[in-house]
Amino acid sequence: MERIPILKMGDFLLVTIQVDMHDRLAETLQEDLSERIIRDRAKAVLIDISSLQMVDSFIGRMLGKIASISGILDAVTVVVGMQPAVAITLVELGLSLKGVRTALNVERGMELLRSSLEGFSGVTQDGEE
Amino acid sequence: MPEEDMFLAKIFNKHKFQVIEGWAKFQLTSSTMRAGLLSEAELRRQSGEFVEEFKDAVQEGSIDNINTSSWQNVRELLTGFSKSRAELGFSASETATFIFSFKQPLLQIISSDKEMSAEQITEAMWKATVLVDQLGLYTVEQYQKTRESIIARQQRELLELSTPVVQLWPGIISLPLIGTLDSERTQMVMENLLQKISDTNSQIAIIDITGVSTVDTLVAQHLLKTVSAARLMGAECYISGISSEIAQTMVHLGVQLGDIVTKSSLADAFALAMRRMGLTVMQVKQ
Repeated sequence: MERIPILKMGDFLLVTIQVDMHDRLAETLQEDLSERIIRDRAKAVLIDISSLQMVDSFIGRMLGKIASISGILDAVTVVVGMQPAVAITLVELGLSLKGVRTALNVERGMELLRSSLEGFSGVTQDGEE
Repeated sequence: MPEEDMFLAKIFNKHKFQVIEGWAKFQLTSSTMRAGLLSEAELRRQSGEFVEEFKDAVQEGSIDNINTSSWQNVRELLTGFSKSRAELGFSASETATFIFSFKQPLLQIISSDKEMSAEQITEAMWKATVLVDQLGLYTVEQYQKTRESIIARQQRELLELSTPVVQLWPGIISLPLIGTLDSERTQMVMENLLQKISDTNSQIAIIDITGVSTVDTLVAQHLLKTVSAARLMGAECYISGISSEIAQTMVHLGVQLGDIVTKSSLADAFALAMRRMGLTVMQVKQ
């Protein structure tokens, strides 16, 4: 079956979506990613969607879900390289992905992750209950 | 063609030059003559061309309906005239008078016709009037169409001009908005801004609304959408140039801007953007 590869880079997991997402693929990615976060004890997930030209509400929600799952498993998620058309579509669909961090490209995403993990000392930064 | 419709064809056989001359004279002395826009020679040429085509049309077919094939050439000619007049800046009534004034020489010749009885003359006058009216209305319609296409073109040009995205610093872009924001324009603003963010790899975008006269709930919603979309792409978006009136209106209307960064002036927003990027402005000692 078709799968999206998940690469491990130190404490980070790198996911590059380079094919058109369909619902089954998105669900598989979600399952694989949750397993890999636990197995590799990843601190952060970076999802590159720069080649994604089209999204629907399902894929949009899936991105949000992956971020929430990673959050529960104590990993930071950054979505990078979203195309303008994709961003407009998501906003029009009412999915502004609150709680998902974003960056313009992989490089910036890595910087963001490094800086947010620097002050990391075993305690989550969210002071809320 | 019915026998009673032949009178126009007869008139043009006999009095063609009289009609052209009478019409041209009437137009030249009329109050709607615009010598600055259209020269006498040009007017005479147009009148002559029209009378030629008109003559062919009345000799060929029906004079009740100008939408038939025999009137094709006349219609094309009128379309050309109204187009050139619309572009030259003639008003609608000036353009229409060009055709309506054609009645004057026509009716004069009909009424002075010795071969027709009084009843026939009345009948003929009525028919000629209806015909010229139809032609006049057709001309106005064409004039209107040309004007509409001119307006549509100007609107398009305005829309393209009105959404410039400028780079203030590598990584910082700004979008100064001027005028009123409607949905079509906001859509264009949003697309332009997001495209520019991805083209220039900018981390920070500043939307400056100093030139926006009013902000209602709809505009605020559009701004929110743009900011959310920019955030999804990984850029921060500030809104600057909020005047005291707009701030008061927004609070009155209960517009919620959420956690969007707002600044009163573009300078403040730019300073914040510089700080965010770890840059600072210093005064160089002289």
